[in-house]
Amino acid sequence: MTAELLRSVISQQRVPYNNQAGALIDAIKAVGEQLIAANPVELAVGNIVRRVLHIIREEDLSLATAAVAGLNLSAVSDDEDDGEREDHPVLSAAAVAAAARSTLRPPSLQTLLEDMPDSAAVPQSSSSGGDSEGKSKSADKSSRSRKLKHDIIEAVNELIQDIATCHEQISEQAVEHIHQNEVILTLGRSRTVMEFLCAAKEKKRSFRVFVAEGAPRYQGHVLAKELVARGLQTTLITDSAVFAMISRVNMVIVGAHAVMANGGVIAPVGLNMVALAAQRHAVPFVVLAGTHKLCPLYPHNPEVLLNELKSPSELLDFGEFSDCMDFGSGNGSPLLHVVNPAFDYVPPKLVSLFITDTGGHNPSYMYRLIADYYSADDLVVQRRPASGN
Amino acid sequence: MDPRRGARVVIDPKVRQVGFFAPGRTQSAPPESSSPPVADNSPAGNSLSPVMIPPPRHASDNLHSARPVLCPPLRRPGDTIPVGSYNPSEFFPGTSPTASFYSKVGDGEFSEDASGAGWTHRGNSGKVASSFPSGGFDLTAVKPSNLTTVSVVNMPPGISVKTRGALIEVQNEQPASSRSLKEKTSKAERRALQEAQRAAKAAAKAEVSKAPIAASGVATPVNAKPAKASKPSSQKKDSASVTASEKKGVDRPPEKDRKKDIPHPRMQFDDKSRVEKAKRRAVVRPIEVRNRVELFRHLPQYERGTLLPDLESKFFQLDPMHPAVYKVGLQYLAGDVSGGNARCIAMLHAFQEAIKDYSTPPEKTLVRDLTARISSYVSFLIECRPLSISMGNAIRFLKSRIAKLPLSLSESEAKASLQSDINRFINEKIVLADKVIVRHAVTKIRDGDVLLTYGSSSAVEMILLYAHELGKQFRVVVVDSRPKLEGQLLLRRLVGKGLSCTYTHINAVSYIMHEVTRVFLGASSVLSNGTVYSRVGTACVSMVAHAFRVPVLVCCEAYKFHERVQLDSICSNELGDPDAISKVPGREEINYLDDWAKSENLQLLNLIYDATPSDYVSMIITDYGMVPPTSVPVIVREYRREHLWI
Repeated sequence: MTAELLRSVISQQRVPYNNQAGALIDAIKAVGEQLIAANPVELAVGNIVRRVLHIIREEDLSLATAAVAGLNLSAVSDDEDDGEREDHPVLSAAAVAAAARSTLRPPSLQTLLEDMPDSAAVPQSSSSGGDSEGKSKSADKSSRSRKLKHDIIEAVNELIQDIATCHEQISEQAVEHIHQNEVILTLGRSRTVMEFLCAAKEKKRSFRVFVAEGAPRYQGHVLAKELVARGLQTTLITDSAVFAMISRVNMVIVGAHAVMANGGVIAPVGLNMVALAAQRHAVPFVVLAGTHKLCPLYPHNPEVLLNELKSPSELLDFGEFSDCMDFGSGNGSPLLHVVNPAFDYVPPKLVSLFITDTGGHNPSYMYRLIADYYSADDLVVQRRPASGN
Repeated sequence: MDPRRGARVVIDPKVRQVGFFAPGRTQSAPPESSSPPVADNSPAGNSLSPVMIPPPRHASDNLHSARPVLCPPLRRPGDTIPVGSYNPSEFFPGTSPTASFYSKVGDGEFSEDASGAGWTHRGNSGKVASSFPSGGFDLTAVKPSNLTTVSVVNMPPGISVKTRGALIEVQNEQPASSRSLKEKTSKAERRALQEAQRAAKAAAKAEVSKAPIAASGVATPVNAKPAKASKPSSQKKDSASVTASEKKGVDRPPEKDRKKDIPHPRMQFDDKSRVEKAKRRAVVRPIEVRNRVELFRHLPQYERGTLLPDLESKFFQLDPMHPAVYKVGLQYLAGDVSGGNARCIAMLHAFQEAIKDYSTPPEKTLVRDLTARISSYVSFLIECRPLSISMGNAIRFLKSRIAKLPLSLSESEAKASLQSDINRFINEKIVLADKVIVRHAVTKIRDGDVLLTYGSSSAVEMILLYAHELGKQFRVVVVDSRPKLEGQLLLRRLVGKGLSCTYTHINAVSYIMHEVTRVFLGASSVLSNGTVYSRVGTACVSMVAHAFRVPVLVCCEAYKFHERVQLDSICSNELGDPDAISKVPGREEINYLDDWAKSENLQLLNLIYDATPSDYVSMIITDYGMVPPTSVPVIVREYRREHLWI
């Protein structure tokens, strides 16, 4: 799972914390860029970077509000918000969402939040030189308190905690979704799914699980083994038999690689097929995902369509087909191509329900959650490194 | 077991004619049966029950009580049954099918056989004897072959003796009483028969085509059967067959044709009692399968792995099986021959060989004996691997040809004509049909197309190669799936011919589908509701293609069409080797499930086929042209008509 990776990411990010907020953001951005560049497909990394940035901003702002109580920024922020919308059509949806949301946070804080992103986002989009402006601004604010670093570290720890426990929080909801004698289908292996099923099992629900093996990585075999070890009735099927079996299945429960802002899912390869089959037979297609998998990007962005193509050796035996591989090499292009993608994109209309650690949500509600967890300017931060690559 | 055979018989057209005698007989009975003395019947019932009935049945009391009620309806089989006969459910093998025969024997109708068998008791009067026995024998001859699983079980001698004893008792009684007994049981019998039919259904396809044969030769039943049968059992069969024939004769006449239309129900393997019986009859003794999938208990479980060595060792021991047939069976078992066309052709060639070496035993007619022989071959092949629908159709064709042989033909002429018929079938229905399909399909390939195919279909391969020969510029995407990975073989052949190919697994099909412009699929069969029954995964591919608005073209020869309908892939399917799933060839590191059989909770399911709903299919390319899936029933109908005329 990516959780371990993320933890290490955050611990790295802690190093430069002894700065003030602006410098902090800078440093984390730099680290985040590197991390994302290292593996652009691993969206969760970017998500966590954004989360940390968000936390820093929030802490910073909360301190700022405490210090400058009577600031009448709220009126200004609205205007700025409008201006920003035009500047960033791509971001507009998220920005509007952010503006319109009704969170648990006090309104004053919220407006401040909005304000901050605006100031940071505008300069960044116009030119890279604008960065310094935003930073200086935040640096001014952060200088008001020395307590900042401590708070941030605490908040990040909380985040780590959240990610670590998201499996449990998700699986706590298992009983609400699995009834007696249910037949569940899943594909490949996801720790979240396994714990979800096991949690239901521990609550004395008896049900059967069909596991599609998830070729060519065959993680389904591992999952089947684990489930059987926990005493679940498990049947392993080939991926091709999914359509045949789905008519007898009550629910499809799968894990995700990332959840996009529009409610689409980047998932292990083969799941689009499963989702289509589930739709055909009106079987609920449930995606389990921790909030750290929420990605504030829309899949229309080209980098999200980025897929990972793995080695053909997983599909074909090199030794056996080596003669075919270089068959056409004489005239430039080989005759044989092997495609082995790692991920599928499942459009939101095929997803019935997301179960996250904060509860169940519709695909159409995802943008809203994202607005809760990320601040709008971080999207831009994220994009720059990606496009830089 | 007897009742089953009887049921089989019912299916057979031959029987019908024989059966006509029965009504007369039964009609005579009515007055007597109306007031059956319970006491008389009881001994017979008791004695019979141990023989025929599995333990729970023992309550002979039930029989007694039931009798009076049952008698009237049963009484006139001719009146009541005709429709029902076709309905398999009516025949119930249940309590005492034998009783019925015996009672008849008592009447003396059966006398010849009885004497031959060495029964001490002869009938009171040998009235009907000549005509009747022949009918009975025909049935018996046909039956063993027809039953798929069948072949004869050796009955413990004790049982046979008992039955005889029972028989004797019955005979001693007044004929009237015996008759009544028989009638009572008849309902149960019918049901039994019906069940038997189901059991036999796998074989049934083939049989359906047989035309009734009027011949009334003297056939000695024992000879006709495959060698396995021991004598006592054979006798039983005879008797059973007789009863069956009677019923059939009664029921039959009007509905011949309609009956043919309805595909026989297949054997349901979740019925324990029947499976037990089938097992006892099987040539090979399969090992009990572990870890069955609950949902698929009704299907024959995969046991080939254990069968293969067993059968190989018996290669020289099985007399009744022609070596060519045996070889084909082993090839099926080992998976050396796979693919609908290849299997069908291999089977037909084997039959050709068998027919060539066939000589009619003395005292038998070629038509009947050969049909029986073929049927026994078929049941053997089914043991090796369940028949594909195309094979069922081919067998049906062959049997109808045999049945229609003019009696005037000499044996050698008949054999020659059959062999040429088989050749013609292979050429016209398979080879030529493929050529026509290729011609049609090529018109749908344009330059720049990206064609996706799944698995390995011989027809699709020919299409692609032919289009390549024509100089069309296109790319091929070969989608493959575990565990067979047949696509790799296809890929190798295509690349060898210089086609530009892309290879991927079925999971990535929605990734690759963006660039695809046409999907060409093969089919194992096309059912008359437009469902395409094909290699598992075909449904997934066509579903994804449908979602991406890519046309799906299914290539299927018309001889693979079948009038059966199917809605899902669960009710009828074939199970493959579960071990094939747990092992990944070439990836030794994936060994998590090496000892899967140890844990009760884990099952591996290896389906072979699935059913693609017709709305995913844009077009079916067959030798009759290109048709939408909704037109399949038309083709099925036309094809059958033509079939009959050949």
